[in-house]
Amino acid sequence: MDFGWPLLRQLTGKDRTGRAAAVKSARTGALTARTATADRVVKSVCPYCAVGCAQNVYVRDERVIQIEGDPDSPISRGRLCPKGAATLQLTTDPGRRRKALHRPPGAADWQEIDLATAMDMVADRIIETRRATWEWEKDGRRVARTLGIASLGGATLDNEENYLIKKLLTALGVVQIENQARVCHSSTVVGLGTSFGRGGATTFMQDLQHSDCVIIQGSNFAEAHPVGFQWVMEAKARGAVVIHVDPRFTRTSALADLHVPIRAGSDVAFLGAIINHVLENDLYFHEYVVNYTNAATILREDYRDAEDGDGLFSGFDAETRTYDTNSWQYEGMEVTAAGGERDAGSGRRTGRVPPGRGEMSGAAGVPLEGAPDRDETLRHPRCVMQVLRRHFARYTPEMAERVCGVPRELFDQVCRHLTENSGPDKTAEFVYAVGWTQHSDGSQFIRAASILQLLLGNIGRPGGGIQALRGHASIQGSSDVPTLFNLLPGYIPMPHAHEHPGLRDFLRADAPHKGCWADMPGYLVSLLKAWWGEAAQPDNDFRFGYLPRLTGSHSTYDTVLAQLDGVCKGYILLGENPAVGSANAKMQRLGMAELDWLVVRDLNMIESATWWRDGPEIETGELKTADIGTEVFFLPAASHTEKSGSFTNTNRLLQWHHQAVEPAGDARSDLWFMYHLGRIIREKLAGSQDPMDAPVLDLTWDYPVSGEVAEPDAEAVLAEINGRDPEGRPLSGYHELKDDGSTTCGCWIYCGVYADGVNQAARRRPHTEQDWIAAEWAWAWPANRRVLYNRASARPDGRPWSERKKLVWWDADAGRWTGFDVPDFELHKSPRYRPPPAAQGVEALSGIDPFIMQADGKGWLFAPAGVVDGPLPTHYEPQDSPVANPLYGHQRNPARKVYPHEANRYHPSGAEPGASVYPYVVTTYRLTEHFTAGGMSRHTPYLAELQPEMFCEVSPELAAERGLVHGDWATIVTARNAIEARVMVTDRMPSLRLDGRVLHQIGLPFHFGPNGLVRGDAANELASISLDPNSHIQEVKALSADIRPGRRPRGPALPEFVRAYQQRAGVTGTTGTEA
Amino acid sequence: MSQTDVRLDGSAEVRTEREATPGSAGHRRERPAAPRPSADSYYGRPVLNEPTWQAADIAGYLFLGGLAGASSTLAAAAELTGRPHLARVAKVGALGALGGSLYALIHDLGRPDRFVNMLRVFKVTSPMSVGTWILTAYGPQAGCAAAADVSGLAPRLGRAATLGAGLAGPAVATYTAALICDTAVPAWHEGFREMPFLFAGSATAAAGGLGMLAAPLAEAGPARRAALLGAAVECVAATRMERRLGPLAEPLKRSSLLRVGEALSLLGALAGITAGRRSRIAAMAAGAALLAGSACTRFGIFRAGMESANDPKYTVQPQRRRLAKAQAEADLT
Amino acid sequence: MAFDMDEKPAEGRVGFFTDTSICIGCKACEVACKEWNAVPEDGLTFTGWSYDNTVGLGADTWRHVAFVEQRRPLGHQEPGVGDMDFRWLMASDVCKHCTHAACLDVCPTGSLFRTEYGTVVVQEDVCNGCGYCVPACPFGVIGKRESSGTAAKCTMCYDRLGAGQEPACATTCPTDSIQFGDLEELRERAARRLEQVHAAGMSSARLYGHDSGDGVGGTGAFFLLLDEPEVYGLPPDPVVTTRDLPSMWRHVGLAALGLLAGVAATAWRAGPPGGRGRS
Ligand SMILES: Nc1nc2c(c(=O)[nH]1)N[C@H]1C(S)=C(S)[C@@H](COP(=O)(O)OP(=O)(O)OC[C@H]3O[C@@H](n4cnc5c(=O)[nH]c(N)nc54)[C@H](O)[C@@H]3O)O[C@H]1N2
Ligand SMILES: Nc1nc2c(c(=O)[nH]1)N[C@H]1C(S)=C(S)[C@@H](COP(=O)(O)OP(=O)(O)OC[C@H]3O[C@@H](n4cnc5c(=O)[nH]c(N)nc54)[C@H](O)[C@@H]3O)O[C@H]1N2
Ligand code: SF4
Ligand code: SF4
Ligand code: SF4
Ligand code: SF4
Ligand code: SF4
Ligand SMILES: [Mo]
Repeated sequence: MDFGWPLLRQLTGKDRTGRAAAVKSARTGALTARTATADRVVKSVCPYCAVGCAQNVYVRDERVIQIEGDPDSPISRGRLCPKGAATLQLTTDPGRRRKALHRPPGAADWQEIDLATAMDMVADRIIETRRATWEWEKDGRRVARTLGIASLGGATLDNEENYLIKKLLTALGVVQIENQARVCHSSTVVGLGTSFGRGGATTFMQDLQHSDCVIIQGSNFAEAHPVGFQWVMEAKARGAVVIHVDPRFTRTSALADLHVPIRAGSDVAFLGAIINHVLENDLYFHEYVVNYTNAATILREDYRDAEDGDGLFSGFDAETRTYDTNSWQYEGMEVTAAGGERDAGSGRRTGRVPPGRGEMSGAAGVPLEGAPDRDETLRHPRCVMQVLRRHFARYTPEMAERVCGVPRELFDQVCRHLTENSGPDKTAEFVYAVGWTQHSDGSQFIRAASILQLLLGNIGRPGGGIQALRGHASIQGSSDVPTLFNLLPGYIPMPHAHEHPGLRDFLRADAPHKGCWADMPGYLVSLLKAWWGEAAQPDNDFRFGYLPRLTGSHSTYDTVLAQLDGVCKGYILLGENPAVGSANAKMQRLGMAELDWLVVRDLNMIESATWWRDGPEIETGELKTADIGTEVFFLPAASHTEKSGSFTNTNRLLQWHHQAVEPAGDARSDLWFMYHLGRIIREKLAGSQDPMDAPVLDLTWDYPVSGEVAEPDAEAVLAEINGRDPEGRPLSGYHELKDDGSTTCGCWIYCGVYADGVNQAARRRPHTEQDWIAAEWAWAWPANRRVLYNRASARPDGRPWSERKKLVWWDADAGRWTGFDVPDFELHKSPRYRPPPAAQGVEALSGIDPFIMQADGKGWLFAPAGVVDGPLPTHYEPQDSPVANPLYGHQRNPARKVYPHEANRYHPSGAEPGASVYPYVVTTYRLTEHFTAGGMSRHTPYLAELQPEMFCEVSPELAAERGLVHGDWATIVTARNAIEARVMVTDRMPSLRLDGRVLHQIGLPFHFGPNGLVRGDAANELASISLDPNSHIQEVKALSADIRPGRRPRGPALPEFVRAYQQRAGVTGTTGTEA
Repeated sequence: MSQTDVRLDGSAEVRTEREATPGSAGHRRERPAAPRPSADSYYGRPVLNEPTWQAADIAGYLFLGGLAGASSTLAAAAELTGRPHLARVAKVGALGALGGSLYALIHDLGRPDRFVNMLRVFKVTSPMSVGTWILTAYGPQAGCAAAADVSGLAPRLGRAATLGAGLAGPAVATYTAALICDTAVPAWHEGFREMPFLFAGSATAAAGGLGMLAAPLAEAGPARRAALLGAAVECVAATRMERRLGPLAEPLKRSSLLRVGEALSLLGALAGITAGRRSRIAAMAAGAALLAGSACTRFGIFRAGMESANDPKYTVQPQRRRLAKAQAEADLT
Repeated sequence: MAFDMDEKPAEGRVGFFTDTSICIGCKACEVACKEWNAVPEDGLTFTGWSYDNTVGLGADTWRHVAFVEQRRPLGHQEPGVGDMDFRWLMASDVCKHCTHAACLDVCPTGSLFRTEYGTVVVQEDVCNGCGYCVPACPFGVIGKRESSGTAAKCTMCYDRLGAGQEPACATTCPTDSIQFGDLEELRERAARRLEQVHAAGMSSARLYGHDSGDGVGGTGAFFLLLDEPEVYGLPPDPVVTTRDLPSMWRHVGLAALGLLAGVAATAWRAGPPGGRGRS
C-alpha cells in the first residue's frame, strides 16, 4: 500500500468515500503489537494474590514492555484480574522507589545513602543489638536467643527468600520472625490441620467445576480472588447451586443464587445449626462418617462439654485462662503427646499446649498415642457422634436466627441445597477466607465447617472439600517455609525452652508414633543438616542446640508489646505494612517509635517507612519527629519480574517465576538482601570464639551468585530446600529422608520439587495438553497431589462412591491405588489392610484410614488435641460486640488472648453497661481494586483511580438513624481511635433483625492509609489487638463502634474525642478482659 | 441437568462458564414489587459526551463564517449593481470575518499544527471536510477580491474573484448548519431541516448589518433590505424549528441569548429599513444591532445544543418515544 | 444510501459480545485496556455511584464498568436483603464499532477509519483534534484527550488483531463476560444465550446492538443487558447522525440558493421586475 496523498487514493481506489483503506496513514500501516516485537517472553506469576495466575512478561531492550496472562495456565487460563492486569504499572511505574534512603535518629527527613554503606550499617546494627540483648537462659532454661530483633513479612516473597530469612535469623538467635500468615490465615492451619491432618485447602481451584453446591462463606470470592472465581462460574454453568453467606451483598452475591446476610462473627452458630439439622434429620453420610471420621471413637469419662459448663469445657484454669486438654482425650489412649508441656524431671505431662502449637498441624495432624476405643454403632453415650449431637442440640434454626440474624426460610434453603447436594453422587464445597479466620475464635469457625463437611462426606472427593482461599501470592509458602515464630520448615514446631532441651526430648514429645509424623526425626535431622552441614553431627544432636528456644508467644502482636516495653529494639520489615495492615495500627506505630532501628524493604514508600515524619500521631501531637530516636533504613525491593523464585499458591502449588530484567537502581531482591546480609555479618564475626556466634559461623551459606549485582542463585536455594541424598543428588520425595544425618532437606514437604535435578515448579505444560488435574503444571505439595485425602473418594472397599464422582480407587488386579490424581495414600496398601496391634508410623494406619496425617487416620469431628480453646466449636461473641451471647454465660471466648494497654482498650459488650455507646457492628474487608494495606495498589494509578477514597458502607436505615448523607463524611469511633470515611448508603449492607432488635452493620474496606496517590484513614486504627488463642490471629472482622456524621476531629482534639467516648462507655483497663 | 461429574475429556461439549446463569437455582421469596423509578439515565450522567468545542471558538466561527459568506454575496451583488462602496465594505468585511473564523476554527483544534490534515481527504459524509474544501475554494477568492478592491490592482481578476466569492458565499454561510446538525446533539440534529435557513437568515442579516454600519447611506439599500429579509427568515426558521422539536425545544426556548438575538435582529432590521435610510447614526446603530443579534443567535444555538447534550433526558426520551411509536406501529400490522 | 460502509461488513468482521449477566464488575478490562494502550489515569474522584468511580467512556477510559443497584429481582435469585428485591448489575461498556459509525463519517481528516476487521479506529498521527467526532457519537464514547489534543477511544486493539491476538480486555476478563470473535458467530451465540437467560427467569434480559436493522446498522460490540439500556447510560435507540446527512445537504443547498437569490433580489429590487427575491 502506498502512502501518498490519501485524496488520490480515495479518488483512484475502491474507498471512494474516504472512510477506510484510503485514509490509512503510514504509521497505522506499520503498527505492530509490542508483544509481537518483544525480544523474549518470560514466564512469571502474578505477585498479588494467592490464586497464582500465570503471567507472560514481554521484554524488549531489557525493559519489560507488557505483562499479561499466560493462556497455558490451568488455573487462570490466561486471565488476570485488575491487579494482575496492573502489574506492568506496578513494576515499571516511575513512581516506584529505586534509591536507598536513611533517616538518622531524630532527623526530619530522609537522606540518600549508598546501598553498600546501608548494608554495612544494617549488619552492624544487627550485631550490636544482638550482643546487647542476647539471652542464654530464661528462668533457668537455655534459650540461646535475642528478643532484641524482630522481622515481619514474607507472604509477598518467594519461598527461597523466606527460607533464607528463616535460616539466617534463626541462626542469629532471632525468634520473633513473623509474616502475614499470622494475621491472615493462621487459624486455617489450626482449623483444617487438626480436622484433617494438613493445614492447607483440601482441594484445588479447578476442581470447583465438579461441585454441585458451592457455599462461599467468610470469603468474597469474586472480589478477592476474581480469576479463581471463573471456576465457580464453571460449576454454575454445569448446574451447581451457588450460595454466598456474608454480612454484605457483594460482587460475589451478585452472581450467586442465594445470598444469606449474616451478622459478622456469628458463623459458628450458623454452621452449628446446620450441623444440628444434619444430625437431627439423619442426613449425614453414614458409611463415610463411620469409617472415615472419629465419630465412633469414645471419649474419656471426665470430659465435660461447654453445654454443661455454660460455655466452658472441662479443664479450664481461670487464672491462666488456658485449658488442660487431657480430659478431651479419647478413652483408652495414653495421655496426649500433643505438644504436651512437660514438667521437667517428673515426666508428668499436663495437657497445656504451648502457644502456636496448633499450627504444627499445617502439614500433618496432631500427634496421639495408643489405640482408641470405638463404637461403630455410634450409640455409645460417650462416642464422638453422641457428644456432637448433645453439643449442637441447642443450635437450632431459631437460635441461628437470634444469633446470626438469618431468617428461618433462608436458613432452610441453605440446609436443603447443601444436604441435597451431598452424598455418593453429589458433592458440595465450602469456600472461605479471612471472613472466618480473623476472629478471636477463628480456628473454631473453620473447625465447624470441617465437621459439617466430614458429616456430609465431602472431604477428599471431587467437587467437595474446603477451599481456603489464601491471601498473598506466596502466603501458603511463607507458612510452609515459615517466617513464623513457632514453626520450622514443614510445620515442625520450634522448640520450647521448657520442654525441649535436647533433640531426643523434642522428638519424643513431638513426633507421634502413628501416622506420618512418625517420620519427623528424619525431617528434622535433614533440616538441621541442611542448615549446619558438617557441623551437625549425631554426637552434637545435629546442632539442635543452635535453635533458639521459645518461651511463650512471640507473635507479631507480642512483638509490638515487646517494642513498647523496650525489649525489642531492631525491626526488619520485609514486605509488610503493619502501620496500615495490622490491628490497632496506632499501636504498631507507637511500637516502632520505641525502636533503635528499623529496616523497611518495599516496592513503594509505605506508611510503615514514613510514620515518623507524617504519621497520624505527628498530626495529633502524640509523637514529635525530632523526639523519635528510631533510625530508619528504606531499601527498595526488586519486583517479581526482577528476580527468580517460587510462589506457593493457595492450593499448595509451587510455581516458579523467572527473572525478566535486572532491577534498576538500588532495588534488590530479598534473596540478595538476606544472602549478602548474612555474608557481611559472617565476615564481621569471622574468627569469633563467642559461642553465641557459632550458629551463624557454622551455617551453610555459600550460594552461587551471578550478574552485576551478585544475585544469589534462587534455584540453588530451591535445591537445598528440596534436599539431597548422601551423594549430593536431589531427593525425589520425603519418604527418602533419613534421621541418621545422611540426607539434607530444607523443608520436607517440599521434598520432590527438585526431583531429578529438575525444577518441577517451573513446569508449564499447557492445560490444553493435559487432563483437568493438570499434574504437569508446576508442582504441589505433598507429592504433587491436588486433592488431599483423596482415598476418601472411594468407599472403604476401594471402589468409587459413584461413577460420576470418581477420583482415586483401588485397582485390585494391579494391587494398587490408581485414579486421576496422585493417590493420597500408600500406593500398595490394600483397603483390607488392618494394622497389627504394635504397629508404628504409617503402618499403624489401616486400609480405610484416608486421613493419613492424623495419628488415628480419621477426620476429626471432635478434636481431642491441637485446639486450645475447645474440642468442639462453640459460639462466643467477638471481643467487642453489641450483642449478648444468647447461648452461654461466657460472652467471649474464655481462652482468647487480650492485651490490655492504654492504646488497646476494649469495649463493654452485650448487656454490660456502656455497651450501647458502641452500638454497631463493624466489619472490614477488601475491594477488587485494591490490595491489602495498599502498598501495591494505592501507589498504582490504574488501580488507585478505580477506588479513590476511603468509604464506609451503611444501610439506608442506619443512615437515617444517624443522619448520614450519601457522599458526605462520617466519623467511626472505637475505644482505640476514630477515623473518617465517605458515606456510601446502600441496600447491599442490610440491617439485621435478631432477637427482637434491629442491628446495623458498618462495612469498611481496610486498604487506605495516609500515603500514595489515594489516601484515607486506615480501618485498622479502630481494631483492637485481641487474638485467637490457637493461632494468634487478630479479630478484625467483627467489632463494635459508633458512627456519626461529619469529619473527625483533627490534631490533639482527636485523642480527646476518643477518650470522651471511652469515658461515656466507662471503659477501664480491665473492660472486656474477663474470661 | 447438573453436569458436575468428573470427566477427563475437557472437550468442547463441556460447557464453559459463559453459560453460567446466576440466580437460576435460587428460590426467591415473593416480595411486594418496589415501584420502579423511571431511570432516564445512569446517575444522571449524560448519554453523550460533551462536545469539546469552546463557545468562543465554534459559535464565533459559526457567526463569522456566516458573516463572511453572506457579505461576499452581498459584495458581488453590490459590485454588479454599481455600488462600489458597499462592495468594498462587504469584501473587506468578508475577508476580516473569514480571517477571524479561520482563527477560531484553528484555535479550537487540539493539534492546530495539523490543520492541513483536513486536506488529506474529501469526505461528503463530513460537513467539516466539505466545509474545508468550500473554504479552500472560497478563501483565496474572497482574499483576492478584497485585496484587488483595496489596492486597485488587477481589477479584472478582482471582479472575477468577487463573483466567485459571491457564488461560494452562500455555501460558506450555510454549510455550518450541516456541521452542527450532523451530530448526535439532540437540539441540533433534530433541527436539521430549519437550521440551514436559520443560519442563512442570520448570516444575511449580519451581512446587511455590516453594510449598514460601514457603507454610505446612499449605497446601503441592498444591505437594509437584506437585513430585513435575513432577520425575517431567521425568525420564521427559529419558530418552525422550535415547533418541530417539541419537548426538545426547551433549551432553545429557555435561551435568553436566542431571545435577545432575535430581538436585536428584528429591531436592527426594522430600524435600518426606517430610520436607517435617513440617518447615518441610526444606520450604524441598526447595523451594530444586527451584527450583535446574529452573534447572539449563533451563541444561543450553540449553548442550547450543549445543554441538550448534557441532559440525558433530551437524548433518552425522544428515542424512547420513537421506539414506542415504532412498537405501536409494529403492533398494528 | 450513499453512506453505507464501503467494505461489506459480513466477511471477517470481528467484534465483542459482552454478556453482562456473568460480569463480576472486577474492572480488569478497564485496567488491561489502559496497560495495553497506555491510556492515562482518568482522575481520582470518589463518585458514590456504587462502585463506579470512572464515570463513563471518554478519551482516557476506553472500557468502563457500570454498577447499578436496584430494588428489582434478578431471575430467581434470592438476594436475602431485607424485605425488598435487590440486584446489583454490572456491565462493561466500550466503543460499539458501529456498522454506521458517525464518528468516522464526520471525521474531516480521515483520522478515524474502518479497518479490515470492520472496526473503527482513530489514527493518532492524523487526528488534528477538531473534536467533531465527539458530539457525533450517539453513545458518548469518543473523547478528546487534554494532554495530546487528539481524539481517543477503543481501537479494538487494532495492533493486537494484526498480531493474531485477542483484544486486551477480552483476554483478561476473568469470567469471559467479554467475548471476542467473529461477529456473526457471536450474534448466534448471543441469541442462544438470551434464550437461556430468559428461561432462567431473567425476563428483563435483552440484546443491545445485535440488530443490523437499528439506527446504526448494528454494532460491532454488542451486549446482553439485564435492564433498559438507559439504566446503564446507553441510548435506547441510537441513530447514526449521518443517516440524515443527505437530507441535511439538501436543506443546506436550498438555504444557500435562497441566500443567493435573496441577496441578489435585494440589490436588484429597483431593477428588472420579477426579481423580488425569495420570501
Ligand atoms: N482484590 C483483592 N484481592 C485480595 C486481597 C486484596 O487486598 N484485594 N487480599 C488477599 C488477601 S491477603 C487475602 S487474605 C484474601 C482475603 O479474601 P477474603 O476473605 O475474601 O476477603 P475479605 O474481603 O477480607 O473478607 C471476605 C468477606 O468476609 C465477610 N465477612 C466479614 N466478617 C464476616 C463474618 O464474620 N462471617 C462471614 N461469613 N463473613 C464475614 C466480608 O463482608 C467480606 O465480604 O484476599 C486476597 N485477595
Ligand atoms: N482490618 C483488617 N485488617 C487486615 C485484614 C482485614 O481483612 N481487615 N486482612 C489482613 C490480611 S489477610 C493480611 S494478609 C494483611 C496484609 O497486610 P500487609 O501485608 O501489611 O499489606 P500489604 O500491603 O500486602 O504489604 C505487603 C507489602 O509488600 C511489598 N512487596 C511486594 N513485593 C515485595 C517484594 O518482593 N519484596 C519486598 N520486600 N516487598 C514487597 C508491597 O509493596 C507491600 O507494601 O492485612 C491484614 N489486616
Ligand atoms: S491478583 Fe490474584 S486473581 Fe488477580 S491476577 Fe493476580 S493472582 Fe490472579
Ligand atoms: S460508538 Fe461512537 S465512537 Fe464508537 S464507532 Fe460508534 S460512533 Fe464511533
Ligand atoms: S478529532 Fe480527530 S478523529 Fe475526531 S473528527 Fe477530528 S480529526 Fe477526526
Ligand atoms: S479492545 Fe482494546 S482498546 Fe478496546 S477496550 Fe478492549 S483493550 Fe481497550
Ligand atoms: S473484566 Fe470482565 S468481569 Fe471484569 S468487569 Fe470487565 S467485563 Fe466484567
Ligand atoms: Mo491475607
